[in-house]
Amino acid sequence: MDFGFKRSPSSAVNLDTVDHARYDRLVQLEPDALTCIGCGSCSATCTAAPWSGMSVRKVILGLQRGRDDEVDRMLSRCMLCGKCTMVCPRGINTRHLILTLCRLDRKGEVVR
Amino acid sequence: MRERFADAFNPFVIPFLIGMLFVLGYCLVAMVRVVAQLPKADRKRFLLSLITPKYIWMNIRDIFLNCLIHVKLWKRNKVLGYMHSSIAFGWFMLIVLGHLEVMLFLPERIHFFYYPIFFNFFVAETETTLEGALLMFLMDFFLLMVLSGIVLAIIKRFASRIVGMRRTTRLSLLDRVGLYALWSIFPLRLLAESFTAHISGGSFLTIPMNWIFRQFLGNDLNALPTWWAYSVALCVFMCVLPFTRYMHIPAEMLLIPMRNAGIRIRHPRKGFALLEVYSCPSCGVCIDACPMSVRKVNCQYTTVYLNRQLRRGNERRIEEISDKCLLCGKCTAVCQVGVQGPELRVAQRQRRKYALTPSYAGIDVQPMAASVAGAGGVLYFAGCMTRLTPSIRRATTSLLDKAGVRWTLMDEEEGLCCGRPLIMAGRPEQARELIDKNLEIIRASGCDTLLLSCPICYRVFKEEYPLEGVRVVHHSVFFQELIAAGRLRPARNEKEKFVWHDPCELGRGCGIYEQPRAALAAAGELVEAGRNRAESICCGGSLGSLTLGFEQRRAMTQNALDNLTVSDPSSIVTGCPLCLSTFGRYADRPVRDIAEILDSHC
Repeated sequence: MDFGFKRSPSSAVNLDTVDHARYDRLVQLEPDALTCIGCGSCSATCTAAPWSGMSVRKVILGLQRGRDDEVDRMLSRCMLCGKCTMVCPRGINTRHLILTLCRLDRKGEVVR
Repeated sequence: MRERFADAFNPFVIPFLIGMLFVLGYCLVAMVRVVAQLPKADRKRFLLSLITPKYIWMNIRDIFLNCLIHVKLWKRNKVLGYMHSSIAFGWFMLIVLGHLEVMLFLPERIHFFYYPIFFNFFVAETETTLEGALLMFLMDFFLLMVLSGIVLAIIKRFASRIVGMRRTTRLSLLDRVGLYALWSIFPLRLLAESFTAHISGGSFLTIPMNWIFRQFLGNDLNALPTWWAYSVALCVFMCVLPFTRYMHIPAEMLLIPMRNAGIRIRHPRKGFALLEVYSCPSCGVCIDACPMSVRKVNCQYTTVYLNRQLRRGNERRIEEISDKCLLCGKCTAVCQVGVQGPELRVAQRQRRKYALTPSYAGIDVQPMAASVAGAGGVLYFAGCMTRLTPSIRRATTSLLDKAGVRWTLMDEEEGLCCGRPLIMAGRPEQARELIDKNLEIIRASGCDTLLLSCPICYRVFKEEYPLEGVRVVHHSVFFQELIAAGRLRPARNEKEKFVWHDPCELGRGCGIYEQPRAALAAAGELVEAGRNRAESICCGGSLGSLTLGFEQRRAMTQNALDNLTVSDPSSIVTGCPLCLSTFGRYADRPVRDIAEILDSHC
């Protein structure tokens, strides 16, 4: 039956069950990630954003919330153009942060 | 002329023979290995070039001019040029003349390896005959030439500034052993020949030395030990040669024919890459040239140290050095041997393993292709960088309108990246996917000219895109042609002084230096930077570097700005959106794109 509206699936995050291994490792390798203020400048300038929803801000947030699939989907669209790095008010090397993340598996180990 | 010893042998030649056989054997094995490591097609191409007359002539000429005379070094620095060519060419002539002497006087001894080298010990020659006097004079002359080079080399080691080098390489232990052996070879040869000059004869250098020594030293007693010392010095030098920077001497002789045959780096560690690494003479010219060296702490990331770490196989350092580099290409521009620092580094980056591989195959380019379909004429790809500097896009399209050019914008609403940043990061397969997507859009447009205002895009479109029938052109070149054709008429303002900054990708990358200058000269007075054209200094914002942070780049930008403003221009002009935004951050005067300048004058 169509009631003319939909119910969104629950987006509640249970932080107790989230595995932070990848985020912890990222912070260890790229300590600058901690200085992110989530301003969204990176999302605004992203070349891939219009057709993929890529956003470095969301990637960092997603890692903290254990949304690994979403993070991987976004990362696999990044074209490494580096505009996010140029506009970051905190001077985070976001381009290298993305490359580092691509080198980590889900358990936070660097693939060799 | 008579032989002094009936058996034509003395034990002191043994060290020399050991060294000689070792170095010859080592180089032969290494040469075969490098050739065997080449991909099959490359190997065939290289071997074919060795029997093609055109290449044979080219190879001989290049080896003679580069390895012996060091023409490139002469052009760069006269003192260093003299130092290297005097040692290399002088030594070469000593060996050649030694062989000539043996062939002339004792043809039956030519198969004795050591005879040409120690000729004056074994043979008493007379300078009363014409050929004897001439040969002895030449031998002394070239020995003096080598010795003058050695003196300069010693001065350079202790005070590099005198010969025009600010910084020089930190030598490794074995390099030092080789260096000191090399320094001692020729003074020892002079001493040895001087001590025997009253028996074997000599010329303007050795006979007076012999006379002086005779006043206070017994010549005959000193002769043999000095010949021993000379032979041991040669042995030490040749035995350490393969493990020191002096390996560049044999390696370069293989590198030149391979480069002439058009071989490129295909594997990060094998074949041509390996050869380039061994051809690095560790001279350190790249240290002064590297834009990162503004800060002394960054000198360790220059190409000379990359080559050293590649030889040692120190993976941690290789990764560090490869990732730090801006890939501006200046080290290659100044390198005497032509070691391709950026290409070597990109090859190292390609080795890296990733857990996550991006994929662009699923991108739907239909909307983008539909927006330009059947447009024809000039297709302008503003590029993603231009989104941060929209003034470039505005000025370019306005100029196109003023010149009456039919144009279409390829990335009006949204666009893809050109693929160059991915190539720089060492992910060429992924870049290929993007290239295919962009090709779809370009082909749909049916354009005849692809106009680019970003040198990063320009280079990749020119090098990697199979665009037959489409002219790929940078906007600075396009506008210069429009000015030359009279379709754009900039009003010249004498009061304005422009300095042109050569972006790395446009200048060194694509060889475009003159057209932007000509276009600027039509709008105002053109002045030059301290270092320009092939030696222009990277703005510091390059995408080539993966790990350089914001603050670290600042010193480089400041240094590049200081270089640009030596002639006190009223504005700094460039043709790259990345340079524009980087300079714009710290410059004390306006920084403009060439399109903006021309647009304001038309």
